[in-house]
This record gives sequence, C-alpha cells and structure tokens, in this order.
Amino acid sequence: MSKGNTIFIGENKNFWERNRRSGGYLLKRRAGQIAISVIRGLLMFGLCFMIIQPLITRFSLSLMGEQDMYDSTIRLLPRHVTLDNYRIVADLTILPTSMINTAWISLLMSLCQVVSTTLVAYGFARFEFPLKKFWFACVVLLIIIPPQTIQTSLFLYFSHFDIFGIIKAIKGSEINLRGSLWPYTMMGLTCMGLKNGLYIYMMRQYFRSVPVSLEEAAYVDGCGTMHTFLKIMLPDAVPTIASCFLFSFVWQWTDLFYTRNFLTGYTVYSRELSAMVSKMGKYFSQSATETVTVPLGRQMQLIGIGVFVCCVPLIILYCFTQKTFVQSLVMTGSKE
Amino acid sequence: MKNRKYREHWYSGITEAIQMYVPGNRIYRTMEARRARIGTLFILPFIIGFLAFMVRPLITSLEMSFSKVNVVAGTMTPVKFDNYSYAFVADPDFNRLLVNEIGRMAINVIATLVLSFVIAVILNQNFKGRTLCRVIFFLPVILSSGVLPGIEKQNQFFNLMTSISESVNESSGVNLSMALQNLLSVSGVAGEVFDVIFQMIDAIYDIVMASGIQIIIFLSGLQSISPSLYEAADVEGCSAWESFWKITFPMVSPLLLVNCIYTIIDFFMKNDNQVVEHINNVMYGTQMDFGVASAQSWIYFGVALIFIGISTFIITRAVKSYE
Repeated sequence: MSKGNTIFIGENKNFWERNRRSGGYLLKRRAGQIAISVIRGLLMFGLCFMIIQPLITRFSLSLMGEQDMYDSTIRLLPRHVTLDNYRIVADLTILPTSMINTAWISLLMSLCQVVSTTLVAYGFARFEFPLKKFWFACVVLLIIIPPQTIQTSLFLYFSHFDIFGIIKAIKGSEINLRGSLWPYTMMGLTCMGLKNGLYIYMMRQYFRSVPVSLEEAAYVDGCGTMHTFLKIMLPDAVPTIASCFLFSFVWQWTDLFYTRNFLTGYTVYSRELSAMVSKMGKYFSQSATETVTVPLGRQMQLIGIGVFVCCVPLIILYCFTQKTFVQSLVMTGSKE
Repeated sequence: MKNRKYREHWYSGITEAIQMYVPGNRIYRTMEARRARIGTLFILPFIIGFLAFMVRPLITSLEMSFSKVNVVAGTMTPVKFDNYSYAFVADPDFNRLLVNEIGRMAINVIATLVLSFVIAVILNQNFKGRTLCRVIFFLPVILSSGVLPGIEKQNQFFNLMTSISESVNESSGVNLSMALQNLLSVSGVAGEVFDVIFQMIDAIYDIVMASGIQIIIFLSGLQSISPSLYEAADVEGCSAWESFWKITFPMVSPLLLVNCIYTIIDFFMKNDNQVVEHINNVMYGTQMDFGVASAQSWIYFGVALIFIGISTFIITRAVKSYE
C-alpha cells in the first residue's frame, strides 16, 4: 500500500473515509506504526537515559556540600552549592600537571600508533609478499592476546633493556627504561600499543574497499609507490584515520594498564585517579603522621567527581568530532 | 607468486621468496619482487614490534611461569609446574574468581550480542532523533574505557553501600524487578532460566556500557545490505517480520562471530575484571611473585582461548546450518 495507491483512494478524502475504502487495513497499519514507534521511543529513551544518568548524577553530586550528602531529602539538586569539591579533587589528583601530562602523552602516543598502523594496514591491503598470510594471522593474534599475559615479562624486559647486547657492550650494563617515555613510544611506533591490532584490521578493511584502478592510474602516470600512497590513498582515508586516531586518543587517555607499567615517571591522571582513595585518609587528617577514615559517602562523591573530570574533556572532544567518529565507522567499520 | 603454476621442488617457493629480497638474480628485478619488497617495508614496523615486544615477552613469560623469579636481580630459577599447582591448589582466591568471572562472562556475552543487535537494528531505522541516539549510544566507548569502569567497583565500600541500598529497596518493596522475580520464582516456571534472565536485567547497565563497539560493527553490517533486497521481498509480499528473519539476520550473522570474539576479549581485558585485579595484586602487591602472576595469566589466556574456540565452533555451525 505505497503512495501510488492514493490515485484510487483520493488525496482529499479524510482518514476514516480512506480507512473504510481499504477495508480497515489502513487503521490497522497506522495503529501498528504508532505502537512500534512508541515502543521504540520508550526503549531508546530508557537506554539513553541510563547511559547519561550517571553523568548527571555525578555533576550534581559534585556541587553538593558535605552536609547535603547526608540529607535524605536531597536527591539531585544540591542545597548548599559549593565548588570546594573540585578543589579537593584537584589537590588529590595533582590536577593541572596530571591533566596536561595525560593530554600530551595521549597525543604523542596516538600519533605514533596511527602513523605506524596506517602504514602497516596499507602494506597488508595492497601488496603481495611472502608470508603475508602468516603475518596477518599475527595481527589477529595481537588482537586476541590479552596484554596481561606479557605484562610481567615486558616489565622485566624494559627494566633491563638491551638490544642484542649492544648497549651492554658500550655502557657496561643494561639500562632501566621503566619510567621514561621510551618503552611506550617504541611500542607505539611498532604497532604494539593499546588495541593496535584492531586499528590495523579496521584500516586494512578500508584500504581494501578502495578500487585498485585509482592506484594503477597513478602508477601509469608515473607516480612512485610512496607518492601514490601519500597523494592518492591518504587524502581519501582521512575519516577512517581520524576515527582510529580518536579511538586511540580516548583509550590512551583513560588507560591504566600501560601507564601503570611503563609511565611511572610521569604524573598521569588515570593513575592518580586510581590512587585517589588511598590518598584521601592522609589528605583530610590534621597532622602529617596519622590518617583519618573518610566517610563512605564522601569517598564516593570524590571518586565520582574524579571520574567526571576525566570524562569531561573527552566528551567535549567527542561532541566536536562525533560526525567523523560515528559516520566513518558506520560506513567503513569492519565488514567481512 | 600465485601465477607461477609450475614448481620443480617443494622448496622452490621458499627459494623464490628469498630471491625476491636478494639482489643479483632474475627474480629480483621483476615488478612482482619489487612490490613484494615495498610491501614488506610497509609492514616492517609490525614485524619488528611483534618479534621484539610480543614474541620475545611471550617466551619470557612462558619461561617465567615455570620458574621462580627474583625481580631485583632479574634472575630465574626453574621450578617446573610449581607455579601452576600453586595457582590452582594453594592460592585461596584464584579458582573461585576464575569460575565467577567465567560464569559472568557467559551471561554477559550472550546478553551483549542480543542487545547490541537489537539496538543496531533500531538505530538503522529512520526515526526522529536518530543522530542523537547514535551519539549517545557510542558514548560508552568513551565512558567505559580504561580506568573508568573499574574505579568505583574497586572500592570495597562501594559494594557495601550498594548491598545496603539493595536491601533497603527490598524491604520497601519498591524494586520492581525484585518483585517480579519473586512472583515468577514462586509460580515455579523454569526457575533457573528466570534466574539467568534476571541476572542479565540486573547487569543491564554494564551490558549497555560494554556494547558500544559491537553496535558499531552490527550497524556497519546492516548498512552494507543492499536496499533492493528488501524491495524485492516487499514486492513478493514479505512482511517486515519475515524479511527481518530471511534477509537481515542471515546477512548480519557472520558479524556475530566477530562481535562474539570481540566481546569475549573485551571482557577478559576489562579493568573491573576480578581475575585481572587479582593477578595485578599478586604481581605488584606484597607478594611480588612474578612467576605465579605469569602462570596465572597464562591460565587465564588459555581459558579465554578455549572460550573463543567454543564460540567460534558453535557460531560457524549455527550460521552454516542457516544458509
């Protein structure tokens, strides 16, 4: 019963007249449509609300004074509005420093990772070489192996770092790279960072979907391989690369695994956040030696604020880039 | 390499491959060999990284799991299977946590797959506010990454608080799901099945927060179905319900496997996972026992692999029988 039927039923007739002519079918269909959209609306609203609600609660909690926490008449709107909590959280997590560190480290790392994974993905998508299948199986393995499995040995590896004994020969002993940026930069540049297997996979899917004739035309016109890659393939791949970059940036921002293992020398927000509870006792006590037990509600409030502060920059970033984020993924996301 | 039909010996493929990289022979100068060299150059970072930061640590970690490790000196003394038997027999928590997490995972994976599929189907339809819904549903990709999901659960007081608030709800009779649960379990209809379902409903927040990427993957699959299929079905008189089961489901079902594997891995690597936490404690806590920690993480990885294997087996069978 598509639009074409209006020729017989007549555009100017009212709904009931058309319904009578269709033998009750129109009413049934309309009712079904309305029911579906109401159910869909309710479901979507409920789930969306569930995702958003913790953020709202945390925001309102962050403005509450301590006495509001124990007032059972207060649910969402604070009575004693205060910004004190933010100051406390900032002190506990060493805020400006840790946030700035997190920002530039995440930026650096995701840049390294995106550059290397793009190159590797292009290599896998477009070239035939010996052992290609084997190496790609390794990429899949990289996605599957949990980093926890190798965490202990990486930990030891970087605290006694050496390349085939060269460094030992020159300096006399292995060097301890833990705490410096080097281990993680090296891992980022060689596609071993957080979830890099996934980025290789995603980007390879994208490069494979581009017609080969584009490159062939470039080769015929005298472009070299690198030139073709930079001038023909990269400009079109920008949305996919951008979404990989965003993923990598966001996951790096909140990552605890790699920061805890390798970046111990830097004050990074995610680690400060996870250490917040243990610091509270000392912070609230009067003297330097003893610790006080912080009331549970207060603890939860402060942690909530910490999480909220961590999310805010990411959510702002997401709002600006959501078009790239959502659309490029939906368009090119892994299809196989 | 593919278009060479004739090979003299079994090793001629290997020698050919080597000749591609070594100058001074016939094959080296072909276009094919040149492309192969450039391609290898492109993936060289991965090869180096994989060998240095994956294979090598994996071997060390395997070695470590069979030995007693002294962290300060960096030495290892082999102890055979002691670490493994310690993990299973002597460690008071490991077995219990492992079994708990496996149970939780089985339920979560199924629920995540179903929910993300339903949401993806809905988000693929046309309705007002679809863009907003998409934006919100992908928020969990940010909100449930890294430290964020674990941080509140790690706090032991938090668990206390939730259990208190739950008991309060119970006594006041406000909790609808609890009331329904009581009603259904009294009526005695397949009690265990309902238990599982209620467990899913109680965990719905965790499940929605964990299904951002899965929704994206399903959605990309849904978008790749050509609309002409639906048109043809419509012309032939299929109802929406029928075309869902005859077109949408079979077309997207290969992605079930991808999603299932992704969900399992994601679950196994999550920060709020108690086993991961336990391994971290063994490693960095008072024990500082790297040997046991790596033995435990190998066991954990083994379990993950077994689950991935089982689900791959089941899903490939199910999808094949469907075709």
